[in-house]
Amino acid sequence: MDTEQQNQQYESDARPVLEGPDIARVLTRIAHEIVERAKGADDVVLLGIPTRGVFLAQRLAAKLQEITERAIPVGSLDITMYRDDLRMHPPRALARTDIPGDGIDGRLVVLVDDVLFSGRTIRAALDALNDIGRPRAVQLAVLVDRGHRELPIRADYVGKNLPTSLRETVKVQLAEEDGRDTVLLGAKRTSPGGE
Amino acid sequence: MGKILIRGAKVLGGEPQDVLVDGEVIEAVGTGLSAEGAEVVEADGKVLLPGLVDLHTHLREPGREDSETVLTGTRAAASGGFTAVFAMANTFPVADTAGVVEQVYRLGREHGYCDVQPIGAVTVGLEGRQLAELGAMHESAAGVTVFSDDGKCVDDAVIMRRALEYVKAFGGVVAQHAQEPRLTEGAQMNEGVVSAELGLGGWPAVAEESIIARDVLLAEHVGSRVHICHLSTAGSVEIVRWAKSRGIDVTAEVTPHHLLLTDELVRTYNPVYKVNPPLRTERDVLALREALADGTIDIVATDHAPHPHEDKDCEWAAAAMGMVGLETALSVVQQTMVETGLLDWAGVADRMSARPAAIGGATGHGRPVSAGEPANLTLVDTAYRGAVDPAGFASRSRNTPYEGRELPGRVTHTWLRGKATLVDGKLA
Amino acid sequence: MQRHLISAADLTRDDAVLILDTAEEMARVADRPIKKLPTLRGRTVVNLFFEDSTRTRISFEAAEKRLSADVINFTAKGSSVSKGESLKDTAQTLEAMGVDAVVIRHGASGAPYRLATSGWIDAAVINAGDGTHQHPTQALLDAFTMRRRLVGRDAGLGQDLAGKRITLVGDILHSRVARSNVDLLHTLGAEVTLVAPPTLVPVGVESWPCEVAYDLDGTLSKSDAVMLLRVQRERMNAAFFPTEREYSRRYGLDGDRMAKMPEHAIVMHPGPMVRGMEITAEVADSDRCTAVEQVANGVSIRMAVLYLLLGGNEPAVTHTRTEEK
Repeated sequence: MDTEQQNQQYESDARPVLEGPDIARVLTRIAHEIVERAKGADDVVLLGIPTRGVFLAQRLAAKLQEITERAIPVGSLDITMYRDDLRMHPPRALARTDIPGDGIDGRLVVLVDDVLFSGRTIRAALDALNDIGRPRAVQLAVLVDRGHRELPIRADYVGKNLPTSLRETVKVQLAEEDGRDTVLLGAKRTSPGGE
Repeated sequence: MGKILIRGAKVLGGEPQDVLVDGEVIEAVGTGLSAEGAEVVEADGKVLLPGLVDLHTHLREPGREDSETVLTGTRAAASGGFTAVFAMANTFPVADTAGVVEQVYRLGREHGYCDVQPIGAVTVGLEGRQLAELGAMHESAAGVTVFSDDGKCVDDAVIMRRALEYVKAFGGVVAQHAQEPRLTEGAQMNEGVVSAELGLGGWPAVAEESIIARDVLLAEHVGSRVHICHLSTAGSVEIVRWAKSRGIDVTAEVTPHHLLLTDELVRTYNPVYKVNPPLRTERDVLALREALADGTIDIVATDHAPHPHEDKDCEWAAAAMGMVGLETALSVVQQTMVETGLLDWAGVADRMSARPAAIGGATGHGRPVSAGEPANLTLVDTAYRGAVDPAGFASRSRNTPYEGRELPGRVTHTWLRGKATLVDGKLA
Repeated sequence: MQRHLISAADLTRDDAVLILDTAEEMARVADRPIKKLPTLRGRTVVNLFFEDSTRTRISFEAAEKRLSADVINFTAKGSSVSKGESLKDTAQTLEAMGVDAVVIRHGASGAPYRLATSGWIDAAVINAGDGTHQHPTQALLDAFTMRRRLVGRDAGLGQDLAGKRITLVGDILHSRVARSNVDLLHTLGAEVTLVAPPTLVPVGVESWPCEVAYDLDGTLSKSDAVMLLRVQRERMNAAFFPTEREYSRRYGLDGDRMAKMPEHAIVMHPGPMVRGMEITAEVADSDRCTAVEQVANGVSIRMAVLYLLLGGNEPAVTHTRTEEK
């Protein structure tokens, strides 16, 4: 079965738990929460985790800019080479790490990802950050928290808490990559989806 | 020694006949010969040839007994259907004195698997400077008539001229290893498309051809005869053809591997394909087959060159040059010459027995299979097909380029003057 | 990719682009305060150098260390190799110590291929230059440098070198750099021209996917990059060319010749440069010359190769050429 067929089948089996307007709404809410908790977001740097975390970070940055009327530094942080499961798969292609010009030293870094699951991606992201600089603090924003943490990690900003079973998959689709905005909950197939 | 009746053998590939051997001699050839008092060998359609003669064998003794000895080498020869081999002079010490050639000759006689006719060095120590005592070697018990510095080229034109002249006194022949040394410094393989890609030092065809051209002209000039070892290029064939048409007394040999293998194999960097002269191109291979068929090239000679495993189990540049060949020669010739229709079995008998015996003066070898002739015979199961397994070799070395390759034909019996040296594929 | 990197000719276009793209990300690590990634923690790489090449060894070593591999350096000089130990024995000794990859530099063409295909060892083999055969990481770093300069650092991602006109000048005959570059640049869609005196062009070059010219001046205006190859002075003694002066007059790159190149065109040199022979100081020190950049890019490329060969449970991407044995 090729990927396209797989996707079609997946989509027909999966049901949407967030649609386009929902996603826009929760991002707006998260932006307000960041401004509130970061007291104006003066020193916030948003770092998205590729692939979809980057688009979410860019959308959040735009909303923050609307609220604060200031440009918010936004970048990307690829965690591939910090993963703890490298030896379980063939090497993955690397994605872009793009740290905004002023760096992250002394700033409040908000990591942005689409789904929070085991927490291993965020563990890798914290390691990667450590090699890049020393932020004042690090926070985490995710679109969906589906539970089943394997590490002591929690999100500071959550778009939607989604109780799931391990037999289910959560798939985030964003217009920039997938042509539409949606979050799908489906049954697990041969390979694990989710995070 | 009793009588042997070889029943139903295709003599030189002809109609099945019986061949009766009495003692060292063929008593009769015909149909329905009486088996009375004779041990019967059912040939059952196998091809009977005169015992094969190899004008170019490296037996390595004395000096490199870790690669081969006269005993293991002659056992390999018997396995391959040979009844006489000419042992090259590049031993340690070099066979450049009567003492060394007599030693090799006597070892051959004692072991009794195959007649060993030593080749004497042309120059002292193969160094190309001073003529060895060619006359003394000829007059020794070994009766040397073929002289060669094989492994090295007699590149000095004056030394070559003198050697060609000198051996006329006793009917000797100089066998030249044609390799211009300056053109082949650092050479690792045939110079061409493959060497350009692999970055291995190129061995140009002209390094061989220029020496052959010079030597046939020298032979003509001094009225001597010259033999060219292991021709490997289409250009060499053209030069020998020209020389023969001009009446120059030149003979030439080709190895089985140059009739089959090409330099494409070097892409594996496996030194089992490293040999001197190097494997050439498809075009050369086809020209060599054609020349062997039309008689431009007179004979097949194996250039059997045993090397210990460690000398081949290494990087290409560090490896020794050479391949073993005695035990696969006839199969390769069957595949490349007989099964291609270029040569019949009578032709094979000529190129692998009669002609080499005549060039080297091997008395009693290369004779017709007929009554009154010495019973030097080889029986070949030409229908056999099988992959080459070096583990079964009688040679002490295993450096064959044919491991795992399917080749046709198998020698089942060899008789040296009526005495079986190989019976049903097993050494006697 | 295959398990090993022996020849640039073994790389498909997609393999090569993946390596270049990966190297682009690796290059960013060099700009960080901590120039290190944990990716190859627990992997052991041996740099097995049978030929002196401090530059290449240091480049590999830097790449290995930035990826946190454990590094063993083995140079043949003064070791058991100089006492006659064979390549096979040396390699097996190293593997017995638990080596995951062997980076090998050897004077004999084909030595890395033998090491990888003879069943002597199981480790991955990376060719760091063998005789006059191949030097694939050099070709990759050259292609990386060209892509950055001629296509663009970001614009180049995912791209090859289609249509770029590359001229290689110098000792083609003895050059593993030339062989690797011809193979790789052709795979990446570039048009390659070799320029050298006929004595320094191998017999058999007609089968290579490139043009051959004997006149440098005629090719300069049609080159997006001119790569100069080192010409060793001792070649003069083997009659490859009459004198150093005549060589540099006919094939050396000086300011006047550089002026004939298009404005965007770059001058490359794999180093070490012989100033006054194949290149004048004026050209070598100009900002069109990428020699220093190539050295920096070498570390990124070698990190990319090491990551893609050793960073997972098997090499990245499927291979196209089946291995012998």
